[in-house]
Amino acid sequence: MTVEVTPELFASVPDAHGRFGQFGGKFVAETLMSALADLESLYASLKSDPAFLEEFDRDLAHYVGRPSPLYEAARLSNQIGGARIFLKREDLNHTGAHKVNNTIGQALLAKYMGKKRVIAETGAGQHGVASATVAARLGLECHVFMGEEDIRRQSLNVYRMKLLGAEVVPVTSGSRTLKDAMNEAMRDWVTNVDSTFYIIGTVAGPHPYPMLVRDFQSVIGREARAQSLSQTGRLPDALVACVGGGSNAIGLFHPFLQDAEVEMFGVEAGGKGLETGQHAAPLSVGSPGVLHGNRTYLMQDDDGQILETHSVSAGLDYPGVGPEHAWLKDIGRVKYVAANDEETLAAFHRLTRTEGIMPALETAHALAHAEKLAAEMNPEQHIIVNLSGRGDKDILTVAALEGIEV
Amino acid sequence: MSRLAGLFAALKEQRRKALIPYVVAGDPSPSGTVNLLHRLVAAGADILEIGVPFSDPMAEGLVIQLGHERALANGMTLRGVLDIVTEFRRDNAETPVVMMGYANPIERFGYQGFAKASADAGVDGLITVDLPPEEVALFDEALLEASIDNILLISPTTSIDRIKTIIARARGFIYCVAVKGVTGSGLLDVDDVAQRLSVIRGLTDLPLAVGFGIKDADSAKRVAVVADAVVVGSALIDEMVRRSQSQVGLEEIQIHGAAVQLLARIRAGVDSSHS
Repeated sequence: MTVEVTPELFASVPDAHGRFGQFGGKFVAETLMSALADLESLYASLKSDPAFLEEFDRDLAHYVGRPSPLYEAARLSNQIGGARIFLKREDLNHTGAHKVNNTIGQALLAKYMGKKRVIAETGAGQHGVASATVAARLGLECHVFMGEEDIRRQSLNVYRMKLLGAEVVPVTSGSRTLKDAMNEAMRDWVTNVDSTFYIIGTVAGPHPYPMLVRDFQSVIGREARAQSLSQTGRLPDALVACVGGGSNAIGLFHPFLQDAEVEMFGVEAGGKGLETGQHAAPLSVGSPGVLHGNRTYLMQDDDGQILETHSVSAGLDYPGVGPEHAWLKDIGRVKYVAANDEETLAAFHRLTRTEGIMPALETAHALAHAEKLAAEMNPEQHIIVNLSGRGDKDILTVAALEGIEV
Repeated sequence: MSRLAGLFAALKEQRRKALIPYVVAGDPSPSGTVNLLHRLVAAGADILEIGVPFSDPMAEGLVIQLGHERALANGMTLRGVLDIVTEFRRDNAETPVVMMGYANPIERFGYQGFAKASADAGVDGLITVDLPPEEVALFDEALLEASIDNILLISPTTSIDRIKTIIARARGFIYCVAVKGVTGSGLLDVDDVAQRLSVIRGLTDLPLAVGFGIKDADSAKRVAVVADAVVVGSALIDEMVRRSQSQVGLEEIQIHGAAVQLLARIRAGVDSSHS
């Protein structure tokens, strides 16, 4: 693609139609178009409203616990050799992942719209927990759609959501994972559109969701940028984040997009290996198409049917990806790579043993790539890995994979 | 004049309302769909609406979702649906055929190629659930060139301004979604539908079809009083599923019979609407 990469370019997306180049848009049933238009106009007025922004910042500070630290993983760096590795500690947020940055923001929008009921889809359960959490805090009715397969894999988070007062709705259609949960959430939204706010958990879905989720998550990159400058005196040489839908990655990347010297790597779930077809890496090996309200890279067959995905981590088990990532890939600003299940598990153990930080399996994909990257760099360089979530929820999964009964 | 325009003109003269059954191509089996279509016509269908199965049918309720899953498990593809229409056309040149589906299989096929292949197969109209007016422009150009009507939907949440935008782009007929919800939803409020149809009629001469929530002769009759066409989908598929589960070893033709019989009853309901 022959797009000149200028600083202005990154501020120009999405355009008025919600497009990032050829990606994005509003590919939804007519019934939802008015709800999207309402959300768009509300957000347009609130995003520069000092009172709204102050409320958002206050919640991030006093409820979520921001800013999250930028921690230098010195023992890990030494073990790998090469560049210094810094971790942006989103795992220390309230509820244990970056997801809450977005649910705080969207719950505020729901409050401003006077909606009493919120719905959400979830894969690993982190977004479901973050949604149930803000719903509890604001006294909103909350329904979380979750694939049956994921309910089995993430039983701890399921119970957490129930404790928070949310109803977890099992989704039994299709592959019974995240994409099907999103279908079911859309169906609920169409049915209850007057009363309900749909809290989408990632930078996908129809416009304006990819934009507003990005904006809410960009606090990660803004903090990391300032922390890097104050701790090292310079910008990082590279950023690394895992990509399912891509919200933690866009949150870290977006404030750095104009810094041409900062390289960026989005790490998809390579599953059992890209060559096996059993993965969740649409940017690495997929092709453009339309799913869940936007045009983006998808894992699909020759007939345009969406393929089932495989990943050791439920949160990355998604056949699409946010449209801004699709665009960033095509213009060459971000490199998208994959880490397979095996490398991911090794990275999970390494961080846990060397730093006493147990990452989520999603996050461990980013770590797996960061280790390879750091090894090829020198000690004067440094990279920031988005430590997007903590791994407590995955303990049973890891145990099962290793044949250990807990 | 297109088949759709010709049909609606003729029905208007006869003061009759159109009945549009929806079935999923390839459900319950790919080889039986053409025969089912012919039998639906014989039972009183004026227009056939053929569902193109998709892995992620976001606007469908459970009954039609499962129909899509069965059809895909049977190996049905977009090309396969076109083949079904081609075969149907060998014995029926009159009944308009409308395909209803989702954008991605069409994107994958290619807009131009698909529009041409549809015209060659004898398709008259296309309903693509997730291509609202804002997103349909490119595809619509291809359809216009192939003389296929792009049929747009108007829902209970569509504002007057949007209705005008949709009408400016609509051809063939307008598909008015009766309820906020997915296909097969239960709560049909005919007074509410009537009121919205009268608003839309003030803005266009295109025929107005009503779908979602119509499940029997009575609800079809009440809708036919105010609409130009009545669409029935989930109820027919549900009827076939019930029949197939009622007895082991039924022939497909017997399973189809359940939908055909229900459609005949609905036809009688629709026809009694003007008496």
